[in-house]
Amino acid sequence: MELNGKVPPGPLAEKWTNYKSSMPLVSPDNKRRLDVIVVGTGLAGGAAAASLGELGYNVKCFTFHDSPRRAHSISAQGGINAAKNYKNDGDSVHRLFYDTIKGGDYRSREGNVHRLAEVSVDIIDQCVAQGVPFAREYSGMLDNRSFGGVQVQRTFYARGQTGQQLLIGAYQALSRQISLGNVTMYNRHEMLDIVLVDGKARGIIARNLVTGKLERFAAHAVVLATGGYGNDFYLSPNARMCYETATWRAVRKGALMANPCFTQIHPTCIPQYGDYQSKLTLMSESLRNDGRVWVPKKKEDAEAIRQGKKKGIDIPEADRDYYLERRYPAFGNLVPRDVASRAAKVECDKGHGIVPTGLGVYLDFSSAFERYGKSKAHSMNLENPSAAQVREFGVKEVEEKYGNLFEMYEKITGEDPYTHPMKIYPAVHYTMGGLWVDYNLETNIPGLFALGECNFSDHGANRLGASALMQGLGDGYFVIPYTIGTFLSKEIRTPKFSAATPEFDEAEQAVRERLQGFLKNGGKQSTESFHRRLGKIMWDYCGMARNAEGLTKARRMIQELKAEFYTDVFVPGSMDEYNPELEKVTRVADFFELGELMCLDALQRNESCGGHFREEFQTEEGEALRDDENYKYVAAWGWQDTSQEPELYKEPLVYENIKVAARSYK
Amino acid sequence: MMVDNKLIIGLSGFIPVHINLLSTFINPYQPLSTLINLYKMKLNLKIWRQKNAKDNGRFETYQVVANEHMSFLEMLDVLNESLTSSQKEPVAFDHDCREGICGTCSLVINGQPHGPMGGTTTCQLHLRHFHDGQTIVIEPFRARAFPVLKDLVVDRSAFDRIIQAGGYVSIDTGQAPDGNAIPVGKDVASKSFDAAACIGCGACVAACPNSSAMLFVSAKVSHLALLPQGKIEAKKRVMDMVNQMDEEGFGMCSNITACEAECPKQISVENIARLNREFIGSSFTSTEKA
Repeated sequence: MELNGKVPPGPLAEKWTNYKSSMPLVSPDNKRRLDVIVVGTGLAGGAAAASLGELGYNVKCFTFHDSPRRAHSISAQGGINAAKNYKNDGDSVHRLFYDTIKGGDYRSREGNVHRLAEVSVDIIDQCVAQGVPFAREYSGMLDNRSFGGVQVQRTFYARGQTGQQLLIGAYQALSRQISLGNVTMYNRHEMLDIVLVDGKARGIIARNLVTGKLERFAAHAVVLATGGYGNDFYLSPNARMCYETATWRAVRKGALMANPCFTQIHPTCIPQYGDYQSKLTLMSESLRNDGRVWVPKKKEDAEAIRQGKKKGIDIPEADRDYYLERRYPAFGNLVPRDVASRAAKVECDKGHGIVPTGLGVYLDFSSAFERYGKSKAHSMNLENPSAAQVREFGVKEVEEKYGNLFEMYEKITGEDPYTHPMKIYPAVHYTMGGLWVDYNLETNIPGLFALGECNFSDHGANRLGASALMQGLGDGYFVIPYTIGTFLSKEIRTPKFSAATPEFDEAEQAVRERLQGFLKNGGKQSTESFHRRLGKIMWDYCGMARNAEGLTKARRMIQELKAEFYTDVFVPGSMDEYNPELEKVTRVADFFELGELMCLDALQRNESCGGHFREEFQTEEGEALRDDENYKYVAAWGWQDTSQEPELYKEPLVYENIKVAARSYK
Repeated sequence: MMVDNKLIIGLSGFIPVHINLLSTFINPYQPLSTLINLYKMKLNLKIWRQKNAKDNGRFETYQVVANEHMSFLEMLDVLNESLTSSQKEPVAFDHDCREGICGTCSLVINGQPHGPMGGTTTCQLHLRHFHDGQTIVIEPFRARAFPVLKDLVVDRSAFDRIIQAGGYVSIDTGQAPDGNAIPVGKDVASKSFDAAACIGCGACVAACPNSSAMLFVSAKVSHLALLPQGKIEAKKRVMDMVNQMDEEGFGMCSNITACEAECPKQISVENIARLNREFIGSSFTSTEKA
């Protein structure tokens, strides 16, 4: 199979504009006759469903949540990037494009990334018009802050709840289309299969999670916006309902999975604390604007802290190692996520970790309290403010910026982060890999589109902070409304589809048999316990550092665990009722196969790049060592029949506009 | 370090002990010394079980051994794990992000929506706020407009329909002017944000003796009415949303303010005052037919 990215010709900065003005259109009258299914109601899905509804398509929108306002986009804290250059600090579309390609360690497609940077400015305008209450300056203008891997301030934010506010904006736009009858919303419906008719995506089989009934839905095209697969690792900051079933069902119908080993480790999570733990909690990257990361210089100090004999505040300034500032003076605490995560691991592996498990470092705000406090005192004309005054002012300022994050930290850990430095450690977060899509965001299955985190397209091997929201909304509001026309313009003579066809019969029957198989299994162990065990294998061997031996071993372990799962998993209840355990079992079953593919992908990529760190391939200083000669490609895997070995297809990456270089943040 | 790593991350190291559904977490790799330090709490749970919307439902009693570091929902996970391992049906409850932002989790815990801690969702509630031997009563959010689907899961789609009735700005994708074209005062944006922080969980309804949804509706009305972008449709919006709220079967507001006290996001009842002002103003001056 030849993979054609379909990036339009012409100069980079004009590709999207020229493409938009020359692509085939669907007339308003014809749009009314075309049905589109959108699965998922996060930023990408909600924005897409709303925008396609506005255009006049008949949209059927699905979420397995109880409302289209719940998806995990809501948890994004820090902000959304846009090349507005409101700060007059040298930002531009080109710079955002360049930062994203470099941040992604030169493993993403130039054309797609440039388009993302172009639409970023429209996203902010759209969200403001919807009533998203972004942070403002006293002038009434939009405020910005910095995120990792960049040297400009281009991140727009709404306190520490930017994702929530943007998602509510999309939800409101979607709600409006629902009330106008352009979108039919199906809550608590889970897509369990995609139906292909003559090789094109023409519908889905969904289970009504309340009644348990299987339902069929037909359409001219299917759009997936179903998020990432970070929960393959079981413990991650992802919401508990983040699964990969929709994407994986597409793979089993012939869609290709691209770069599955590109998973992002986020440097600032609250460290793990117990075996019963159900998830991890992320502390926003925005905290690295003002927090300084450190560990004790002396191992004895670290040991004493681990044993509870000392606290972080007892360590004098001279005995603290601000290792990010030391190793990467140009970017300091704001190096990209993969770099910050690996650096934390290095310190902890050397024995400088500061939590009982040894896996934790400090994120300290005391310098920020002082800096903000002094500035505030100055603006109040206080000549010799006392240290206590300075601190009080500073704490107030920090509270204004990150209050909800500090509060969340205290709720979880029971420790006051205003007094004691936060304890953090890296954890799996975002997944850059996903369904292979071309420039139109269409997978290799005609009529099947993938948006947001569930595609692979824009972030290469590492995503920069505050770019996930940008991509989700960019895909949903400003890309798919155009590019879906390239497919649907050819379908205007296709009459409405009936779901009463052999293709739907067959798909529904297969789903039914799969569910019944699990219900009749008669095993003894819970689905959750298998998921935990799978997660441990993934984290131990396919996590922050990987090697060939471990990955080979992990694949075997996953296969063994999968075999045990199919013979010994227990699912209570029946099919025709609300049954959360039955929902979970198919999702975890899909995680086994995806996990195996992640290991395989990590094994074939004999280089280190971005979030993919192979221990065999590193510089003397421990930095990632890329191999552009042999691995400058997208690895797209086909795995329809899992009794066979997966097949690897390669899409070479071509860089015409920027010079591929070793990534340096020093 | 690797030993430690395995030991603490040890996702697999969990053995439930079944004595009358008594379950505990003992990691077989964990040294005894750390186990002694682990504060154990024995909790008696009275949980509402209801097979489906038609079932009458009843309380059932369970015992769980937990520790103070667990979150409330992790304690329910422990119970469910133990129920499942003894081939029984686990307790259904809604949950998702487990960091207090998605609004999916609910539960009335000892009579209080989202439990005893102020400004905290159930998923952010930790057992350090309970004590050994305590009896905890766990019920679903109860309101006519929130029918129970199963056990502790209720249907809150009435909230969605209220938003669909007018809780938006009528702007299509691509129509927006530059984000800085209309300045918005810092304090105005901040006030609007305070209202927009509502997570749509429904605790306000569960807390209200009248099952009124006024705090939820007023938060959305305020969020949009405060901003210049939302002002244009403000009169029609408030009418449409209030009408839909009434249609869904929510009760009247009688200024008890339990909603504010129980709101996990501490949304202020000031918003209700603003809604009332907007509503009255709209009744007299709106040229739009609601």
